[in-house]
Amino acid sequence: MKKILIAMLMAVAPAAFASGGAKLDPVMIDLGDQASLQNGARIFVNYCLSCHSASYMRYNRMGHDLGISDELVKENLLFAADKVGDLMKAVMPKEDARDWFGTAPPDLSVTARSRGADWIYTYMRSFYREDKSPSGWNNTVFPHVAMPHVLYEWQGHQRAVLRTEKETHRVEEDGKSVEKTVERQVFDRFELENPGSMSPQDYDKAMRDLTNFMVYLGEPARLQRFTVGIYVLIFLAVFLVVAYLLKKEYWKDVH
Amino acid sequence: MQKLLTWVDERFPLIKVWDEHLAKYYAPKNFNFWYYFGSLALLVLVMQIVTGIFLTMHYKPDTQLAFASVEYIMRDVDWGWLIRYMHSTGSSMFFIVVYLHMLRAMLYGSYRGPRELLWLIGMVIFVALMAEAFMGYLLPWGNMSYWGAQVIISLFDAIPGIGPVLAEWIRGDFVVSDATLNRFFAFHVIAIPLVLVILVFVHLVALHKVGSNNPDGIEIKKKKGADGIPLDGIPFHPYYTVKDIVGVTVFLMVFAAIMFFAPELGGWFLEHDNFVPANILQTPPEIVPLWYFTPYYSILRANVWNFLWVDAKIWGVLFMALSLVVFFLLPWLDRSPVKSIRYRGWMYKTALAIFIVAFLILGWLGTQPAAGLNLIVAQICTLLYFAFFALMPIYTKYDKTKPEPERVS
Repeated sequence: MKKILIAMLMAVAPAAFASGGAKLDPVMIDLGDQASLQNGARIFVNYCLSCHSASYMRYNRMGHDLGISDELVKENLLFAADKVGDLMKAVMPKEDARDWFGTAPPDLSVTARSRGADWIYTYMRSFYREDKSPSGWNNTVFPHVAMPHVLYEWQGHQRAVLRTEKETHRVEEDGKSVEKTVERQVFDRFELENPGSMSPQDYDKAMRDLTNFMVYLGEPARLQRFTVGIYVLIFLAVFLVVAYLLKKEYWKDVH
Repeated sequence: MQKLLTWVDERFPLIKVWDEHLAKYYAPKNFNFWYYFGSLALLVLVMQIVTGIFLTMHYKPDTQLAFASVEYIMRDVDWGWLIRYMHSTGSSMFFIVVYLHMLRAMLYGSYRGPRELLWLIGMVIFVALMAEAFMGYLLPWGNMSYWGAQVIISLFDAIPGIGPVLAEWIRGDFVVSDATLNRFFAFHVIAIPLVLVILVFVHLVALHKVGSNNPDGIEIKKKKGADGIPLDGIPFHPYYTVKDIVGVTVFLMVFAAIMFFAPELGGWFLEHDNFVPANILQTPPEIVPLWYFTPYYSILRANVWNFLWVDAKIWGVLFMALSLVVFFLLPWLDRSPVKSIRYRGWMYKTALAIFIVAFLILGWLGTQPAAGLNLIVAQICTLLYFAFFALMPIYTKYDKTKPEPERVS
């Protein structure tokens, strides 16, 4: 009986967190890769911070964590702030952004935690030309997004290639069940119309670095908590042995 | 030292309290795995209070500042991330421990006489804990915090007549707002914790009056030695204090593994949508409470029919309330001559197994959209949930039991 109960409790293992919409490409996150984090930080501060903020994060904390000295941060990364201890605000005032895009660009501090790394990585590689949209761009991961493709000079112009998919449904018609085929246009793949300054491989790598940085940005404690966790577990494991021996010693006269 | 002790003891019953509750409190010697969860629940309560105090030093209960202050704790406060993760992991672990503690009582009939009042106090603690968790979840002011509170408070709207006024009174506004956040903060950090601590104290006093049950479900006080000490009893201290240290260490290892390596636990302990600040204009695609509320959330959504001139939504609220009320009645629904599952027949064992499975399925379905097959399964499981309690007087009465032993095994 006991075993069955324990087995049933174990059966409630956490399931994968489902996310709807476009298929996401997996990205390798490695916060130990400091060169990647630094490159990601450079892209983030130079491009993203023009419109978006990361206003829960301070420049010098980022510099300290990523091995960038305060002087280097001051010279190369401080566009929107005066002091290295400032929070990472957007260059563009919120009101202007709302006027131009119709919506204020969201703060990006914890986007990697709400959307996930794969989402960001895929999103940044899924912009395509669409003349009908106000910005001239659309995105398969975030349809009708207000944001234009900021990095098009790097990636170039992509075009979405659609394919026709036939779907067969059973429908009731005059009391009879009939099969009906509907044709639907679905996204198939991207085609590079105008190459940018980067090769697709280089662009993917740059976006991987950016995503890597945003995962760090979402939770700077990630750099610390695994290490601390290992020490804590080692301590508890040793303590468990001591505690168990103590218990055994006390309990030897209980029958 | 001895002189100091005497000095204190002449003015305060220190030795008496120590003896009554620890050194001369005789607990059955056959406690097993299931008997760790009471002391673990106490440990988590203390951890939540201590980490909560430190969080309160940096948190700002203001809709403009709350979300940012949590991120401030995560980034700028020394070890703030650790304090916050201890508290967020602790809340889920609290429910795991308490659910297992309750299951223990159901396995070994710990709610049966003379421990009915002990069980009732425990159930009040459970309800208070639910309120504590619900109100605490609003504080980070994430989008799921906001919409979760909005949905649950709007349940009061369903009460005929006074409903809308009552909901407005709870919120202090027409929608969940700054007023709501402030009062939830007050309840979460002082009102309910105070109630919890007092109730836990009363729970322990009641336990020490009637004595602990054990996996055999027999009363050790019936067989006493010449010295008046139960033959199968051992002093809680040092025997169970040293044993509980082992349990605590194993528990802390599980706790630390989650907290350091997967504090979100794939969205089960910290929801992804709660990393978006509360937005009154943007409802999350699916409003999902944290896992410990999902069985009740499923029961709430299971009924879709209007009947007896009452709206389906109101029935849902009533069923959810009833799903807690039935737990209070457990001591009087159980008619079995034995307490422990060890000596019960196949009927109770089957009923309990079905109940646990139904409870887990309801918990899973509470995280999923309630439509189609999900809804039908949720309805069946809700029915099984209530059948476990409603039919208990019958199946426990006719169940074929084995004779209880004279002494614990």
